[in-house]
Amino acid sequence: MKYAYYPGCSLHATGIEYNLSARAVAKHLGIELWEIPEWNCCGASAAHNTNHLLALALPARNLAIAEKEGLDVVVPCAACFSRLKATAKAVRESAATRQTIENIIEMNYSASNQVKALLDVIVTDVGLDSVKEKVKRPLTNLKVAAYYGCLLVRPPQLTEFDDPENPTTMDKLMEALGGTAVDWPYKTECCGAAHSTTKPEIGLKMINDILYHAQLAGAECIVTACPLCLLNLDMRQKEVEQRYGIKYNLPIFYFTELVGLAMGYAPKELGIERHFVDAKTLINEKDLLRHPTTRREEA
Amino acid sequence: MEKLQLNETLKNGNSFREYIQKHSNVDPSSCYQCGKCTAGCPVSFAMDYTPRQVMRMIQLGMEQEALSSHTIWLCACCETCSVRCPKNIDLAKVMETLRIEAKRRGMVAERNIDLFADLFLNSVEKYGRVHEMGLILQYNLKTGQFFKDANLAPTLFKNSKIHLQADKIQDGGAVKRIFQRVKTQGGEG
Ligand code: SF4
Ligand code: SF4
Repeated sequence: MKYAYYPGCSLHATGIEYNLSARAVAKHLGIELWEIPEWNCCGASAAHNTNHLLALALPARNLAIAEKEGLDVVVPCAACFSRLKATAKAVRESAATRQTIENIIEMNYSASNQVKALLDVIVTDVGLDSVKEKVKRPLTNLKVAAYYGCLLVRPPQLTEFDDPENPTTMDKLMEALGGTAVDWPYKTECCGAAHSTTKPEIGLKMINDILYHAQLAGAECIVTACPLCLLNLDMRQKEVEQRYGIKYNLPIFYFTELVGLAMGYAPKELGIERHFVDAKTLINEKDLLRHPTTRREEA
Repeated sequence: MEKLQLNETLKNGNSFREYIQKHSNVDPSSCYQCGKCTAGCPVSFAMDYTPRQVMRMIQLGMEQEALSSHTIWLCACCETCSVRCPKNIDLAKVMETLRIEAKRRGMVAERNIDLFADLFLNSVEKYGRVHEMGLILQYNLKTGQFFKDANLAPTLFKNSKIHLQADKIQDGGAVKRIFQRVKTQGGEG
């Protein structure tokens, strides 16, 4: 299984753990990742909000390089995934758009290759059975709130996997790893994206709502598939705790980190030590680093 | 909202309605004002007009009000409204269309949000990728909040999450040319 890999800007900076853990897990599951050489930023919501054509052209350059190589593209970041997927769709649906885009990027691009979210590739293409077979240290007793946010599953005619109101892909993956996915109502509620930077009073409330409901549902940690969601929930958690006078102390994971952990990788290899909210304490409390046969039996 | 002379407004509102329809591919008149968009919107608590009210403004041709609203900038593009609308109205796309038009006319109600997007794109144009560190520094400088989030910086550095050097690509100017061409073509794709 070989894919073109589009990490996106965050995975080279604030989302470095996502890159580390995604690469480790992909290799372990037999997914070969060919990083698109000289990939450029997809423009994120900034391009999308400024200029329709720019928002299509920036992702198209990356997709065209992958197409030349004859590869489908796998994207870990939910926001990049949405932008790349929107471009592929626009080019596929309109010959005129395709022509315009090809002129702008100076390359041929017919959108013959697919764009997939890394989560979808692991759950659907690799399959939960193969994932299960490779679990060495199940996430026994770990209660996880699977947090999808906005763009991973919305709008469904674009993302083409899972249910936009009650997605379950990540929940099922957590169960396959031996963990427990809690039932909670804020799975797809927006974290406010860049509002935590530009309008903190708005952004922090949105983050608080998510943390609050995860905790209320009994979750001991939150798992995400988006670097911006992780940054908001992890880096801003102290600020939120101060503002709202609630102690959460909820570790936030990339789903790839938990997959990696269950496959036997060390937290350090996966970048787990780089989080703002300490995750090691929870990992130790749950005895997740010990092989099950040497694990103390729970009564 | 001020009191409106409905007949006059409806007559004069056609061109604005048509503009929105053309650029967002949404027929504003199909909105039957049920309010489901507002009910699900995670930012409606902070908006000056709810998403449903914005749709009503478009129906009535209240272009000044719609374009100068804070709502269109506070919209987080989360697509909840678009997914839930019983009339299949892509309201997120309408919000985006209004933002682009408001910016074109110099009517930006939320300067900082707009500035952040501009600085983001400058970075992409210059380096081909976003330099997160440079983006935050410039944003803080331009908004006069010199120490905003400064307490987060040491941990970010320690964990190699931000870098002084920008992550540049050697693409022979391909990304710069994309920006140039889009500019000369006007950009309404
Ligand atoms: S949900 Fe749709 S039909 Fe209902 S008010 Fe909103 S835009 Fe109009
Ligand atoms: S896309 Fe904007 S208006 Fe629609 S629900 Fe999300 S934040 Fe609200």
